[in-house]
Amino acid sequence: MNILILGAGQVGTTAAYSLAREEANEVTIVDRNPEVLRELQDRLDVRTVVGDAAYPEVLERANAKDADMIIALTNSDESNMLACQIAHTLFKVPTKIARIRASAYADHPELFHDGCIPVDVIVSPEALVTQHIEQLVHYPGALQVLEFADGRVRLVATRADRGGALIGHPLSELPHHIPNVDCRVVAIYRGGRGILPDGSTVVEEGDEVFFIAARKDIRTVLSEMRKLDDPVRRVVIAGGGNIGFRLAQALEKTNQVKIIERGFEQARRISEDLDRAIVLHGDAADEELLLEENIDAADVFVAVTNAEEANILSAMLAKRLGARKVLALINRPAYAELVEAGTIDIAISPKEITLGTLLAHVRRGDVVKVHSLRRGAAEAIEAVAHGDSRRSEVVGRTIEEIRLPRGAAINAIVRGDRVMMAHHDTLIEEDDHVILFVADRRQIDEVERLFEVDGGS
Amino acid sequence: MSNSPIQRVLGLLLTIFSLSMLPPIAFSLIYDDGTWIDFVESFLIVAGVGLLLWFPARKTRRDLRLRDGFLVVALFWIVLGLFGAAPLILSERPDVGFTDAVFESMSGLTTTGATVLTGLDTLPPAILYYRAQLQWFGGLGIIVLAVAVLPMLGVGGMQLFRAELPGPVKDAKLTPKITKTAAALWYIYLGITVACCLAYWAAGMSFFDALCHSLTTVAIGGFSTHDLSFAYFDSVAIELIAVFFMIVSAANFTLHFLAFRERSVRHYLADPEFTAYIRILVVLFLIVVLYLVWQQTYPTLGETLRSSLFQAVSIATTAGFTTDSFAAWPGALPVLLLFSSFIGGCAASTAGGMKVVRWTLMYRQGMRELQRLVHPSAEVPVKLGAKAVHPRIVDAVWGFFAVYVVVFVGLLVVMMMTGMDQSTAFSAVAATLNNLGPGLGDVAAGFGDVSVVAKWAAVCAMLLGRLEIFTLLVLVTPVFWRG
Repeated sequence: MNILILGAGQVGTTAAYSLAREEANEVTIVDRNPEVLRELQDRLDVRTVVGDAAYPEVLERANAKDADMIIALTNSDESNMLACQIAHTLFKVPTKIARIRASAYADHPELFHDGCIPVDVIVSPEALVTQHIEQLVHYPGALQVLEFADGRVRLVATRADRGGALIGHPLSELPHHIPNVDCRVVAIYRGGRGILPDGSTVVEEGDEVFFIAARKDIRTVLSEMRKLDDPVRRVVIAGGGNIGFRLAQALEKTNQVKIIERGFEQARRISEDLDRAIVLHGDAADEELLLEENIDAADVFVAVTNAEEANILSAMLAKRLGARKVLALINRPAYAELVEAGTIDIAISPKEITLGTLLAHVRRGDVVKVHSLRRGAAEAIEAVAHGDSRRSEVVGRTIEEIRLPRGAAINAIVRGDRVMMAHHDTLIEEDDHVILFVADRRQIDEVERLFEVDGGS
Repeated sequence: MSNSPIQRVLGLLLTIFSLSMLPPIAFSLIYDDGTWIDFVESFLIVAGVGLLLWFPARKTRRDLRLRDGFLVVALFWIVLGLFGAAPLILSERPDVGFTDAVFESMSGLTTTGATVLTGLDTLPPAILYYRAQLQWFGGLGIIVLAVAVLPMLGVGGMQLFRAELPGPVKDAKLTPKITKTAAALWYIYLGITVACCLAYWAAGMSFFDALCHSLTTVAIGGFSTHDLSFAYFDSVAIELIAVFFMIVSAANFTLHFLAFRERSVRHYLADPEFTAYIRILVVLFLIVVLYLVWQQTYPTLGETLRSSLFQAVSIATTAGFTTDSFAAWPGALPVLLLFSSFIGGCAASTAGGMKVVRWTLMYRQGMRELQRLVHPSAEVPVKLGAKAVHPRIVDAVWGFFAVYVVVFVGLLVVMMMTGMDQSTAFSAVAATLNNLGPGLGDVAAGFGDVSVVAKWAAVCAMLLGRLEIFTLLVLVTPVFWRG
């Protein structure tokens, strides 16, 4: 696929890295800053074009007329929308994705169609990250909660810990422990190495376990893996920027929220828009301030400022001062690996979260949802099976008949409203939503091909 | 183990290069000249060494780094120059030693076209074809070809690409994927070559001559299958075809690509380098014509025009074909033509020299200094066309120029120490460093009579010129090796 990425910021760069790694993609990146582009050019097999992303002349130089997809990720919502408009009108680019941060625009989906502002998909990293953190607060004990089939099925990552009923037992005992719950352990990572689990795999303390279950069953399954944490009541948020503010807004109705913001103006502004959350003006790494605000009583401390180093430090400090669980927004994978499973409980990677949304549109076959896992090494995919048994390699077959590459497994199927865990004799029907876990991203291409409908014969 | 990716790529490239020994075998069998056995042996040697290098390192996964790119390209060209000489050493005709064979092979690969051989007309066709083929592979760069066919070079491919492709601005990719960019360049190259071959054939050359000459014309090489070069054919049509294809091949291949993709010629006219290049050729041609008419060197105006056109284009694009001994032309003309080879062709073409775009930038900067004298507080950017050029590129151009001059002087001194007179030495260095071919004085006809040391100096000069000095020179800096 010929992909045009506008804006080489954090998200743009990550998208470029991820997309250019796939053999089938040709990626061109446009940015105003030649220095950034030169660096990208050195590391990636992409073409770079210097210029203003919304100018027709620049898009022409970037060969927009041959692009299959344009992903507008510049800093400015307006530039992104305009770029999509121009790509649509002048260059007839079929798929247009734009980052739109301001909810003032995003709240009006009726604006975004070909007759008005031709954007097919709106991506708001801030909204996605907020949602992500909200889920984590909702399910204490989970490292990641990812939704499939409009939330009917969830993939949850957790760290196995003392107190979980299943620890030290093989997975085959799981159905006996919780007889009425249908769930499936899809992958286990032990000491950073992946294990494809079968019935005899024993769950050990410290394992990172990925399981799939229907929404209502998640708490039950979580309790098998670790002692269930108490529900979260007190939340402290460090950083009152876009994410911090949205998070406070989402949580303030159900939780006791304190939000610490360094800038006086910004603190004042968000305090006007928040009803119940307490806005504190100060430094999140200020020990005195944290103690004064009873950090030791906090259930969750989330550091979401723009500076990842500051996030790491303030989260570590909060942990030492007694916060039960600390989360930090960390972009660099190297940092995340350094601190996760150490002092900081969960490293949240905005890049990884946003990437999934973009990837879903690049995939061949009807792929509805992609979640990038393990810093891009693995992926969970929701794909729709189309066609009939003659034209499709999945429809009309049982799961054991489907030729999946090694390391890929079908885990669950959503048929209409019904959620079914996959068994070796489960028959896949047309329009089933199939949820797969792919441990090695290099095999994704093969998996996608399975879900393509053979058009000709 | 840090050198294993270099070893792997080097082995692989050498193995691929060994395949180039196969077409001459076919020619040898067709013309029954008995050299096929030499090419079979060369094939086995080169392929054997290539595989031997590749095999222990085949499992390496690490990508090439920026630094490795220089090393691979420089090493590969050196190794290629040596191994490319294998058939010439093995074959009984020509009967040449190691030095001469390497000289000939390097002269071919770097598209210089200087030769130590005489009596070309009596050489086996397979050898003649092989020489032409060497030039063709060297023309656009054999590594660019390798990048096109070997997707596994990945990002490292870009480093190789940059180190081999001539010109000051090397970040411009034609397509997002490096393999496709390389493939596009080679398709264009192949297309132009086929067109050139057919044109020669139609104009009266034998098919064999047409093939060999098209390979060397489009590569801006200069090797011929006859001692008399183009004078052998004595045909206005063939000379005009040669002129046309030399001009095309010395133009930036990016422009050819854009013209092909958009099916329009507007890119040529809008490109400041191309227009400067054409202007230089026209002015040079006019000076030569007027001077020759004034001196009454030729009896008729027609002959004057014909000779000046061919010689001006052939020397200025650094092809180095001859229809007439330009070295014997009166007055300043031989030196003037020799100087034009310093300008050479455009960036990202098959031509040698310092490239028109560098001279354009230096000229613009000179103009800027003049403007600054008049308006001391004016902010004057150096522009190429309508776009301001990044000061770093201008710096790089000046750096290149300075190093070029230093290398030139160094080589000149070495040549003179071997006993050459000054004008011969000067022209010998210019002819080799600019990948031109024929010089003046004692090297006007060829390099057969110069000393062994001078030949090796010339080999270095050719390689330095083809790889635009920095790629090679960076390897001898302590900074490169320190870590």
